[in-house]
Amino acid sequence: MHELSIVNALVAMVEEKARAAGATRVTRVQIRVGALSGVVADALRSSYDFGTTGTLLEGSTLAIEEVPVAIACLACGRDVVLPGIQHFCCPDCGTPSARVTQGRELDLLSFEIETPDPEPSIEPGADP
Amino acid sequence: MSTRIVEVRRGILKQNDQQAAVLRRRFQEAGVTVVSLVSSPGAGKTEFLRRTLEALRGAGHRVAAIVGDLETDNDARRLAEAGVPVRQIVTHGRCHLEAEWVGEHLEGWALDQLDYLFIENVGNLVCPASYDLGEQVRAVLLSVTEGEDKPLKYPTIFNSADLAVITKVDLAAAVEFDRAAALASIESVRPGLRVLEVSAKRGTGMAEWLALLGAYRPAAAPATPDA
Repeated sequence: MHELSIVNALVAMVEEKARAAGATRVTRVQIRVGALSGVVADALRSSYDFGTTGTLLEGSTLAIEEVPVAIACLACGRDVVLPGIQHFCCPDCGTPSARVTQGRELDLLSFEIETPDPEPSIEPGADP
Repeated sequence: MSTRIVEVRRGILKQNDQQAAVLRRRFQEAGVTVVSLVSSPGAGKTEFLRRTLEALRGAGHRVAAIVGDLETDNDARRLAEAGVPVRQIVTHGRCHLEAEWVGEHLEGWALDQLDYLFIENVGNLVCPASYDLGEQVRAVLLSVTEGEDKPLKYPTIFNSADLAVITKVDLAAAVEFDRAAALASIESVRPGLRVLEVSAKRGTGMAEWLALLGAYRPAAAPATPDA
């Protein structure tokens, strides 16, 4: 189980960016986890509360977008999504393929922060 | 108090990936071939590696190894019997190696004086899959005493490997190892993956493995005439 290591890496990345954005608290973190990332979404969820305790992320929600594996099927000439990760062959025509086009993702997508009220001259949400 | 969303889109393990990329460049520049070994505990990584180190050293190659374990330096001492430089990474409970620790344990080694560097990961078929170590070749080992369907149970690590090695084939008959089923499992999770079948103790398949290691070496730079 290395999910706590993953959570720690996630916390470090989010905290750094959240501080730079002037956050007092992070309320929600959205990540993408591929079926072939080596990380189990449920294990991440159960490590999350422990790994975020005492950080800006404490009490935040972890939203996980799970991504299935897709392979390039040379016979069909397109990418096909696999129902699992045990059989790397096209579900339509049965041709094997080791060319993974999707499913290795382990990405931080976005996070939601609370910041002190902005100065009146700054448009909310406007990027500098 | 106001809230806003910060968009990022960044790999969570980007720091490890970057450190691995730095290592990979260092290895290439030094001309050292780096092979990592992953398997479940007890699949025979250490014995396979010890025999490999001995054979390579005997053939005049310059080799070294780094070995990761949760605790103890027993494996490093076993590997050092091969008469080559060995360093142990004790992870203190962490279930995998990371590129940063490999980098730290290279300190003081002249990589350009090495032909091969082996990295034996912690015995674990799950966690090492997520961490690039900058290796050129990742070999996953599967012993005949494990289930033939192990690749189906741990598809991610087999899919991430460049080579599969079936070990302890001298015990195959005793444990009624279903070779065809094992090969089919490997092919299912990683079509086209090269598979070697070895017994480190008996020497079976080791010649093929050593020949493959030879093929991993960079081709000798052609002699170029002075410009």
